[in-house]
Amino acid sequence: MTDQSYNFAYLDEQTKRMIRRAILKGLAIPGYQVPFASREMPMPYGWGTGGVQVSAATLMPDDTFKVIDQGADDTTNAVSIRKFFEKTAGVATTEETEKATVIQTRHRIPETPLHEDQVLVYQVPIPEPLRFLEPRETETRKMHSLEEYGLMHVKLYEDISQHGAIATSYAYPVKVEGRYVMDPSPIPKFDNPKMADCPAIQLFGAGREQRIYALPPYSRVVSLDFEDHPFDPSKADHPCDLCGAEDSYLDEVITDDAGGRMFVCSDTDYCRARREAGHVGAQAPAMKEGAGA
Amino acid sequence: MKPLLQVRDISKFYGARLGCRDVGFDLYPGEVMGIVGESGSGKSTLLGCLAGQLAPDTGEVLFDTRGEGPRDTLKMSEPERRMLARTDWAFVHQHAREGLRMGVSAGGNVGERLMAVGARHYGDIRDQAIDWLGRVEISEDRVDDKPTAFSGGMQQRLQIARNLVTGPRLVFMDEPTGGLDVSVQARLLDLLRGLVREMGLSAIIVTHDLAVVRLLADRLMVMKDGHVVETGLTDQVLDDPQHGYTQLLVSSVLQV
Repeated sequence: MTDQSYNFAYLDEQTKRMIRRAILKGLAIPGYQVPFASREMPMPYGWGTGGVQVSAATLMPDDTFKVIDQGADDTTNAVSIRKFFEKTAGVATTEETEKATVIQTRHRIPETPLHEDQVLVYQVPIPEPLRFLEPRETETRKMHSLEEYGLMHVKLYEDISQHGAIATSYAYPVKVEGRYVMDPSPIPKFDNPKMADCPAIQLFGAGREQRIYALPPYSRVVSLDFEDHPFDPSKADHPCDLCGAEDSYLDEVITDDAGGRMFVCSDTDYCRARREAGHVGAQAPAMKEGAGA
Repeated sequence: MKPLLQVRDISKFYGARLGCRDVGFDLYPGEVMGIVGESGSGKSTLLGCLAGQLAPDTGEVLFDTRGEGPRDTLKMSEPERRMLARTDWAFVHQHAREGLRMGVSAGGNVGERLMAVGARHYGDIRDQAIDWLGRVEISEDRVDDKPTAFSGGMQQRLQIARNLVTGPRLVFMDEPTGGLDVSVQARLLDLLRGLVREMGLSAIIVTHDLAVVRLLADRLMVMKDGHVVETGLTDQVLDDPQHGYTQLLVSSVLQV
């Protein structure tokens, strides 16, 4: 039940109204960073204060809420944010992507395709894709407003000249609706294609940097690249060792100090659902024996 | 022949203090104009006004654009002016650090302007960058080094390559040889003279070094306290100065 010492979803109604206005503006101008008066939240910056505020302004009492951190439902960040809204909003929570209506995420997009009744909320540490190339905020704003995005390609050029390929593997810059260049938050570039033409609403909140931006459903999202070095949504070339999935993004887990390792789906819900459906990966039984030893 | 740049009655005040006043001249394609004067004479203010970095209080700067003929750059919208600044114009700063991205490799620095105007083929960009580094006498194996690893003279040459890669028609230079030792200056001037002649560039060079204008400039404008006190062909002004200040300036040069 909602703790009565808090307003629904922690934030007061005026604050939520202010955030909703920023979200609506963000949806009206896809990819544009809307400044908003970020509030002090009961968690440190860097733990998802932006995402939490966007979720708080988005949640309704009938919503079902899911939180993932690097794809997992059971890591510290995910558990604490889920508990936070269980306590302050009293909304139902779930670990199943399919059943959730609002999903807050850090660093991943779920493998299960999203649908029109869902909102995906990203936690964003640094919303400005040009920040590490141009430190002045006045200048980056001007570059956005005048569509001067040559500098973004300088970063990719540097990658190729140093590593022989575009080595940026997360927070890979995208161009939205042919206009704004946007930082997709630190999701792996494997997830970039999922942002394009997505039926769900995608909202991005950066608490410390006080910016909100958004992608309306079915937006055109193109990852930047060179003609002779096209965008490659790479992942570890391996099936999941638990569920055998060939198409999901994998974490590499070191299992002992003798070179033993396994690749497992980073999306825990996807992996669990597949195993329950009878899919078995190469190391799945071995792990059970290992757990007993 | 049509002038490339027509400057009319440029005045700029900083509050009550005068920056420069009633400056006007024509610059023709392929011509190099030198602006000399002591510190505080308004040279850099004037250059800033011409290059669109400062807003003058009066006057107009007509640039002969490729598409639409002569247009007043001061009345252009900012996107148009910035587009001009990265295509047809180039600006060489006195300190290479101001004109370079110090955290980006030499190749990336040269390629930036190409990418800014839409080049999206890595191989082509890199080939052009290497070609330009060669033209400013930086060897190909330094293409992936950052400018922080370059000497002052190399940084200045890199800045020039970065500016000229898009084939501008007008180059603004603010003390391009300032802070370099004499032998490096000589090489840089030699290089600049070659490039200006080879590419048929027009250039406006602000300097207090008379040797620089003697080598590079076709025409000379002498400024003092914000006013132009003397103009003419370089050799004419330097060999037969008319105005008292110009005479002082010419006679102040150390003879070795």
